[in-house]
Amino acid sequence: MKVLVAVKRVIDYNVKIRVKPDHSDVDLTNVKMAMNPFCEIAVEEAVRLKEKGVASEVVAVTIGPKAAQEQLRTALALGADRAIHVETDDKVESLTAAKLLKRVVDDEQPGLTILGKQSIDTDNNQTGQMLAALAGMGQGTFASEVQVEGDDVQVTREIDGGLQTVALKLPAVITTDLRLNEPRYAKLPDIMKAKKKPIDVKSPDDLGVAVASSLSVLKVESPAERQGGTKVASVDELVDKLKNEAKVIA
Amino acid sequence: MSILVIAEHHNGQLAESTAHVVAAAQAIGGDIEILVAGESVAGVAESAAKLTGVSKVRVADDGVYAHQLAEPMAELIAGLASGYSHVLAAASTQGKNVLPRVAALKDVAAISEVLAVESPDTFLRPIYAGNAIATVQSSDALKVLTVRTTAFDAVEATGSAGVEAVTAEVDNTLSRFIGEELASSDRPELGSARVVVSGGRGMGNGENFKLLDGIADKLGAAIGASRAAVDAGFVPNDMQVGQTGKIVAPELYIAVGISGAIQHLAGMKDAKVIVAINKDEEAPIFQVADYGLVGDLFEVLPELESKL
Repeated sequence: MKVLVAVKRVIDYNVKIRVKPDHSDVDLTNVKMAMNPFCEIAVEEAVRLKEKGVASEVVAVTIGPKAAQEQLRTALALGADRAIHVETDDKVESLTAAKLLKRVVDDEQPGLTILGKQSIDTDNNQTGQMLAALAGMGQGTFASEVQVEGDDVQVTREIDGGLQTVALKLPAVITTDLRLNEPRYAKLPDIMKAKKKPIDVKSPDDLGVAVASSLSVLKVESPAERQGGTKVASVDELVDKLKNEAKVIA
Repeated sequence: MSILVIAEHHNGQLAESTAHVVAAAQAIGGDIEILVAGESVAGVAESAAKLTGVSKVRVADDGVYAHQLAEPMAELIAGLASGYSHVLAAASTQGKNVLPRVAALKDVAAISEVLAVESPDTFLRPIYAGNAIATVQSSDALKVLTVRTTAFDAVEATGSAGVEAVTAEVDNTLSRFIGEELASSDRPELGSARVVVSGGRGMGNGENFKLLDGIADKLGAAIGASRAAVDAGFVPNDMQVGQTGKIVAPELYIAVGISGAIQHLAGMKDAKVIVAINKDEEAPIFQVADYGLVGDLFEVLPELESKL
């Protein structure tokens, strides 16, 4: 079975973001970029499926500018066999990303497609669900455990208040949550080897998908600043303030 | 305009979140209807009909909707959606699972975690873990939104809407429910707790997290942790509060032995009141804390527990 794993280039999770002075967007110039953390978990899961003999091939795919090939190289160093780069400099909304991935799924016919549950830039948490809808597949979102059994995949999902397990008919779409696995670090020899693995570059046009969106971002602002910084001298003072000033405890 | 709110319910009880979503629907304005889909949900529909501002409750009561799996739920909602200008659900794991699927079936965008309604087509939502707020406008005829429930005050239960059955031909060959394991802990859930007490690397080890138990018991709090504490193996990562963990917005957040890395602040800075306890007075957590106490947590915690 082939596994397709989608990855996204995003701002590194440790970087403090700045909103552009003209409020058009977040400023990404000269900012450290990395693979979205939930996508790292997706790659790890795909590679583990291959190591277990469940997957025969792992194909990584990304949508984004030329520089997004860095993240594909990371996926290849972590164990993906080859990669597909849907190259575009345009901002791609979730529905468009899902349509592009649907075309890749049509071409590649993977048994499983694994994505991160959300990217830490737009925080939409939509693409996997949308891809599953467009492909007519079942979806196992927010996965904390994945087990392929015959024609099914059993997915344990992190839901509010606990865990839910569903069985999906293959082919299916899975989105990863934090607890699914702990991603490995790429080893230097694997990073070298990854440089020789193939990346197939396509444009949205090649896939017959228009990169247009019905959503427009009118402005991006910083949230209201917190007025913090007040210190208390003792536990007694703290308890008093919480009771009588903030009134958050009885 | 006509708005369809997807009711959330568990074990035959209407979830509190639905009353918040109805409030978001009121902010948009228009006729508000609720869809209750599930198996044996007459009681849920009855509760939903009482929510203020709701004109009608539509009930799809059928085994195919048991456990509200995404595939049949989305098919049902997409089939009903043509009559509406907006479809809304809570930005819970349930709403986030189902609504993007509905949007794709209708070939429209979905807007996640709406914090405020500026106009019927323009909404505010958090991006970058709440470190920026985007104002987004949709040109789709149908707007599909998930709503951050803490951003809208719940409507009251003073109404008496009519209830009518929906008949739709939906079957599900894609997914099957296997089982559910709901946390039976006496503690509230991290994501919705009124008070959260979190420990960081300063706790020293996993055993010391027990020091937080007594305080959490007294305050009815959930217990969280920073990524540093999770990475150090002190506690499992389902306790992680932060950009890649749980985003929380409780009334009171107590950060113990947490330095305040950006990744952690992103997950808790919307708390109403933040308390920081840390021995390093330069720790960045103090810059966002309403009440900072510089001290050794191993002395402060027992004292705090005894004085609460």
